[in-house]
Formats: sequence, structure tokens, C-alpha cells
Amino acid sequence: MSRRRHSDENDGGQPHKRRKTSDANETEDHLESLICKVGEKSACSLESNLEGLAGVLEADLPNYKSKILRLLCTVARLLPEKLTIYTTLVGLLNARNYNFGGEFVEAMIRQLKESLKANNYNEAVYLVRFLSDLVNCHVIAAPSMVAMFENFVSVTQEEDVPQVRRDWYVYAFLSSLPWVGKELYEKKDAEMDRIFANTESYLKRRQKTHVPMLQVWTAEKPHPQEEYLDCLWAQIQKLKKDRWQERHILRPYLAFDSILCEALQHNLPPFTPPPHTEDSVYPMPRVIFRMFDYTDDPEGPVMPGSHSVERFVIEENLHCIIKSHWKERKTCAAQLVSYPGKNKIPLNYHIVEVIFAELFQLPAPPHIDVMYTTLLIELCKLQPGSLPQVLAQATEMLYMRLDTMNTTCVDRFINWFSHHLSNFQFRWSWEDWSDCLTQDPESPKPKFVREVLEKCMRLSYHQRILDIVPPTFSALCPANPTCIYKYGDESSNSLPGHSVALCLSVAFKSKATNDEIFSILKDVPNPNQDDDDDEGFSFNPLKIEVFVQTLLHLAAKSFSHSFSALAKFHEVFKTLAESDEGKLHVLRVMFEVWRNHPQMIAVLVDKMIRTQIVDCAAVANWIFSSELSRDFTRLFVWEILHSTIRKMNKHVLKIQKELEEAKEKLARQHKRRFIMILTEHLVRCETDGTSILTPWYKNCIERLQQIFLQHHQIIQQYMVTLENLLFTAELDPHILAVFQQFCALQA
Amino acid sequence: MDCKQLPSRYPLGTVSSDLRIQQGDSSLELSQYRDQHFDVDDDEQEKSLKESSTLYVGNLSFHTTDKQIHELFGRCGNTKHVFMGVDKIKKKACSFCFVEYYDRLDAEKAMWCLNGTSLDDHIIHTDWDLGFREGRRYSRGQPGGQASNVFCEDSDVGRGGSGKQAQACDRRGIH
Repeated sequence: MSRRRHSDENDGGQPHKRRKTSDANETEDHLESLICKVGEKSACSLESNLEGLAGVLEADLPNYKSKILRLLCTVARLLPEKLTIYTTLVGLLNARNYNFGGEFVEAMIRQLKESLKANNYNEAVYLVRFLSDLVNCHVIAAPSMVAMFENFVSVTQEEDVPQVRRDWYVYAFLSSLPWVGKELYEKKDAEMDRIFANTESYLKRRQKTHVPMLQVWTAEKPHPQEEYLDCLWAQIQKLKKDRWQERHILRPYLAFDSILCEALQHNLPPFTPPPHTEDSVYPMPRVIFRMFDYTDDPEGPVMPGSHSVERFVIEENLHCIIKSHWKERKTCAAQLVSYPGKNKIPLNYHIVEVIFAELFQLPAPPHIDVMYTTLLIELCKLQPGSLPQVLAQATEMLYMRLDTMNTTCVDRFINWFSHHLSNFQFRWSWEDWSDCLTQDPESPKPKFVREVLEKCMRLSYHQRILDIVPPTFSALCPANPTCIYKYGDESSNSLPGHSVALCLSVAFKSKATNDEIFSILKDVPNPNQDDDDDEGFSFNPLKIEVFVQTLLHLAAKSFSHSFSALAKFHEVFKTLAESDEGKLHVLRVMFEVWRNHPQMIAVLVDKMIRTQIVDCAAVANWIFSSELSRDFTRLFVWEILHSTIRKMNKHVLKIQKELEEAKEKLARQHKRRFIMILTEHLVRCETDGTSILTPWYKNCIERLQQIFLQHHQIIQQYMVTLENLLFTAELDPHILAVFQQFCALQA
Repeated sequence: MDCKQLPSRYPLGTVSSDLRIQQGDSSLELSQYRDQHFDVDDDEQEKSLKESSTLYVGNLSFHTTDKQIHELFGRCGNTKHVFMGVDKIKKKACSFCFVEYYDRLDAEKAMWCLNGTSLDDHIIHTDWDLGFREGRRYSRGQPGGQASNVFCEDSDVGRGGSGKQAQACDRRGIH
């Protein structure tokens, strides 16, 4: 059998196949390539490339018009960082072919309507911005754009709709102004002033209960963490005060002014925002993440202020680049560092700030956490002389501000930093952080260092961690992740069940079957009962203890061994853990064996849920049990809980898909029970009598917030249940506040 | 403008069925490797690879354990299985492993994010794999030299796989 190469090229095997491929396909691919490529590094100037491309496209219009229309609409939607390049291209085409310009505008409006219907609000913003920049290219008449914006802002008058709907239309309007504000004001200042006044009054009366839940830091210093619309409003106001002078945006159409101003413009058709429906899902509000200002890079170019429109545009463009290229980190890094106009701004600082803004975004980052780690590593490789220093500076700042950082963001900081270090031989100046050694071990800084070292160990091995930190840090180093077997040494002779443990040990090593194990266990007395059960399989904690301890101890060598053990003796597990108390006890014993190895605990819990040895409710009960109270604030506990909730939700969704009504009903009951248990536990968090000012309390409240935020879709299904549970007279006001903030998010 | 200059990876990170260049993210592209010893033709292999949720991970340090692999690859999603490579003949640790995810999407995230990054000071390489099937050997190098210790593992609880873990354990004093 010959091995065919994985290649698009014809290897000569079937020549007739090639002839059948139409020339049309080739031309279409070529056009796609030309359009996508324009604006990239080239021997020619951007202007001459645009002019050349406009000529090529114009020539192809007779035969490929719909393809070209579709391509241009797509790049408008998917490559917003090249907005002005493509609007210029459309402008040139419109100047050469008025009808095409009209058809393009119509196609864009159709696409905008589709995006809104499909809840693609983030892409819709780019389309609106594209349309508004077409005003600058003389494709769309300014008054018709103003009319569209009037309709947008009139959505603020709608009643009985979610605030997030009104917010979006205001955002779409305001965020287009850096590109087109000047032109619109020059042509229609009175109308624009009216729209502005309406916007302002809306912004003043909208509620902002959701803000504290979304802030990365609770402190206002050194940089206020502003709500995104407030920040944008301040930026636009400043731009207006500066008479719309904006020098950052690249505007290729300026070079073609003499051609473009001869073109005839089109009027936008009147645009009515599609009505709100039950299926509409609008973007969640955000808080703008700021960590740097001009004082952080005193020797380089000045960083634009937080209320300057340049700051907005730079951040928007960098976010767009990440969105476009995140799956290819080399390209992404290259695009980021070659941002146009980079010599006038401290680009590395902007890049680092934007990346951390995404990583720390609440409730969740736009892309998977680990991507940001590897992107930053790639950037360090690409700019080894400058970026690592900025990153080190950022890390130091984040460490200094741990006290007021949201617990979930701290978790992400821990995961990022440990993974980052593992790519750089764990080199770090730990002594700089010696201040944490004298603090209460539960406070954020020592806790952070401990969790980082634990994660670093997971990516390497225990001795390595001891080697990389100064001896003074040894108290913060993780325990050696060894198994604790209670029947292992001589002193355990007197323990109940010891002899059975030895028996089991021998049996396991001689490849015993499940039945043989059952018969050994039959002889184990039940400390909870006086008379024997008929079947001997009711909840017997000693049986569970002996079995689980011995099995896990023998399988301790690797994860694979432990998983094999769970699989092989699944029957025994299921029987012993049949009751709720059984499940809870299995988890307890597993925890006793592996308390030095949180990673092992997490993978075992995961496997036990998946093989239905325990269920999600048991895990919730276990996490909130007294045995875990000492470890309650540790990262691994919450990672297990979040993972459990996700699994439970997936399970319900899967069953719903299978359309098995009976199963679905059971799964929903299951889920409801889990949510209730969880909520009861969380609500009772504060009744331990601890002061609200302790780190422990802050940790718990923020953990509660994160449960709501991260799993908001599940939680929302149970709003009525939750309201009944939570709105009681004794409810702690802080917890109530969290619930209210959560409700405000989609209100 | 030369049409042969199709950029090898066109930077359109999001999915668009309108753009044909976009069809395969280049970082998810299949490598040239095909399993020569598995009696399934190339077309079927290619189809399976595009649906696979198993990755081959190469250039590992000999000391890397399945726990480290779980930690690193677990950052992209829940891993179903990790099979560490073992040299069957020499009974020595091998520098590769296989990672199977529950979801294909998680495997894609690992390809996008982890390929070419560092673990145990080695730049690791990830590639799509057909996954475990009866009659298929795992080696990617010389035939007969290597086999995954999954064959050893499924046996007795308490007995380790040969070579690799024992070696790794010895070096780091883990028992």
C-alpha cells in the first residue's frame, strides 16, 4: 500500500482529477488570499497595495461579485484590527463602481441583523464600527449614520427589557466614535448633541450593582477599576473636548481623499434594532482592568492616560489581535509586537496589561487560561531584551496587591505563575518576597506563595522545589506527596481491621477477584451495629476503611495504577458506597490516605464521579464537612468543587440530548438537590462566628461569588429555589449582597 | 501578486465556513506521520485522526511522570487516560506518552497551546494519534523497540510498570 502524502499537490497519481478542478475555485482562493493578505508586511506601500487590489477586484466583479461581497463582509466581521484598511478598500471600490458600493452596504446591514439575531453581539460591534468608518471613506452618508445611532440610543427608552440590552446599543454607538466622531459632528452637530444628552442621562440612571462582583481588585488605588461604559463615556467626553482630534488610528483613506471625495455616497436604510426576545442573550458587563500608567515606564514613550481615547483604541486593537490569532501563538505574538505606531507607545506594557486583563476577566477569560501563559512565553522569546522585564515588573505589582485581589483572580495568578516558572527553570528572586514569611499564614501573600510552590511541584518533583527556594521559605514548601497508610507499621497491630487489611493486601497482590474480596470483607465487624445485617452490606465504615486504605496504598505508585485499581474493584466500591454515608466515607478515607497529595485527591474524585462510585452531592457534602475545614480555603478544594459542578451540568445536558424523560427527570432532581446542598452550605459559611474582616471570610465570600458567576447558567435555572432558600431574615447581608449582584448581571 | 504565496497559516483564528483557507487551523494540521504498522489505509487513518481526542507527546525527559503530564495537559481539560511510553526490550523509560481526553475540543486546545512549550526543561512536541486500539503498537520509532506500559499496568495492582516509573522514582526518591 503506498503512502499518499498529506499534501494539496497532485503527486501524479491521478492527473485527471486536477483538470476537473475548476479555474473558478482557484481564482476564488486567490481572491481570498489577496484580500486577507493586504496590510501585511510588503515591499510596496499600503496605499499602492490597496490601489492594486482595488483594481484586481474591480476587474473580477462581473464574474465573482457575490464571492467578493461575502469575503469583504467576512473580513469586516473577523479582522476588526484591520478595519480601516478594509474600509479604504471598499471606499476605492465604491468610487469605481457605485452599484457595488450599494450592494456591499446592503450586505453589511443583512449581516448585522443576522449577528444580532444569533446573539453575536461582539461581532456586531465590529460591523457597526465598520459601517461608521465607511462614512470616512465616502461610502455612507453621514446623516444616515447619525440616524442609525439615534435609533440605537433610543433603545435606552425601552421598558421591561434587560439593562444589558440597552447597554449594548449605547456601547455600539460610543465605541464607534473614535473612528467617526469628528465627521459626524462636523455634519450633524445638533443631532449628535441630542444623542449625547440622551446617552448621558441613561448612563446616570442605569444601575451598577454588578460592579463589585467583576472587579479584579477591591481597592481604588492606584488605579480605579471602572465599569466599562463609565470608562468609555469618560474617554469620549475627553475626545469631544479635544474637538475630536485623534491621532492614533491608522487611516489609509486620507491618502486617497481626492479620489474618494468624488465618490457618490449611499444612505443607510433606516435601521430598527430587532426587538428583545426570550432567546436574546446580551454580553455581560465588564470592568476595565488597569495595572499600568505612565509612571511605570519613565524612560520610554508616555503611556496614554486611562481616559484618553488612544488607550481605548490600542486596547481594542490588541484584544482583537488576540481574538483573531490565539490558536497560533507565534503569529499572535508577531502580530502583537508589530502593532502599527508602536514606537510612540510603551507597547510591551500595553500588551502585558491587555493579556492580564483577559486572564483575570470575571467571570471567565475569553479564551482558555493556559493560552495566555504560552502566549506570554512566546512574547518573551520574541522580545528577550524587553518583555521579560515588563512581565517581572507586572508580577511584582500583582504580588504587592494580593491583599485586595479577588480570590478567583488569585487562583489564576497562581496557575499562570507556576506554569510560567516551569518554562524558565523556576528562576525567581524569592528573597524579594520574604515579607510574606512573617505574616499570618492564612493571609494572601504567604498563601499565594504556598499554592504556587505546590503547583510548581506538580509540574516537576518535590526535591526540585526544595532546591529552588531559599531555606527560609521551607515552611511554605509543599509536603512530600506520599501516601499515608494507617495499617503500615508495627504500631498499627492494635488497630481494628488490621488483620483484614493484611489479608486484603495478600489477596490484591495475588490478583484476587471482586468476589474473593467480598468474602474477605464479610468478616469485618461493623462498629455501628450490634447485630449483623442479613447481607452484611449496609453502611460499615470499618469495611470501607480497610478496603480503601489498603487498595489505594498498593496502587500508590502512579495515577494509572490507582485508576486501574478503581476499575478492577469497581463492584466492591459500588457496593460499599451504596448509601450516602458510604459515599461520604469513601471520600473521607481516600482523603486520609492522600492528604499530602492534593493532585491525587483531585484525580481520584474525578474518576470516582465518572465511574459513579460517588455522586456530586456526596462530593459537596464532603467538601463542606468538618474533616476538610482546615483545608477549606486551599485551591485544590475549589478546583474539585468547580470541576464537580461542571461534570454534573454536562451530565444533565447529555441526558437531555438523549431525550430520555425518566432519566432526565431523575438527573434534574439530582441537580436540584446538589444546588440546594451547595447553597445551604455556602449560606452557613458565615455562621462560624469569625469576623468578617478575616482573610478566611473574604475568601469564602469570593468563592461563593465565583460559584454563581462561573456556573451562572445552571444557577439561573434554579432562581426560584434559591430565592426561597436565601431570602430569610437571618441571612448575612454580605451573602445577600452577592446574590443581588449576581441577579443584577443579567437584569 | 503571486498566488503561490498563500500564507502557510492564515491568521484567521475564529471559525468561518465562508473562508476556505480557514478550513484547517494550521496548528491542528496533521503531520506527515502515519502509522505504518497498522493495517488501516491512509484515508481512514486521516479521517480517524481528524476525530481523535488522543495526542502523542514526544521529546519528554526520561524522568517525566504521568503526574506531571496530568497536571500540564489537565490545564486544557479533563484527561481520560495517560499512557507513558516504555522501551519493551531495554526496559528503560521512553521519551514519549499518549494523552487521551474525553472531549476532542480539549485535545485541540492542547495542540494549540502546549505544543512546543516546556516540561521538565524539554520542549515537548504534540501530534494527533489514533488512540488505543487492539493490535496497534504505539511506537513511533524503530519497530519492536518500544511499547506503552499500558500492557504492564492492567495487570496486578501494586506492581509497577517496568523501567520508566521505577527509574523516575529512584531518581527522585519517590516511593
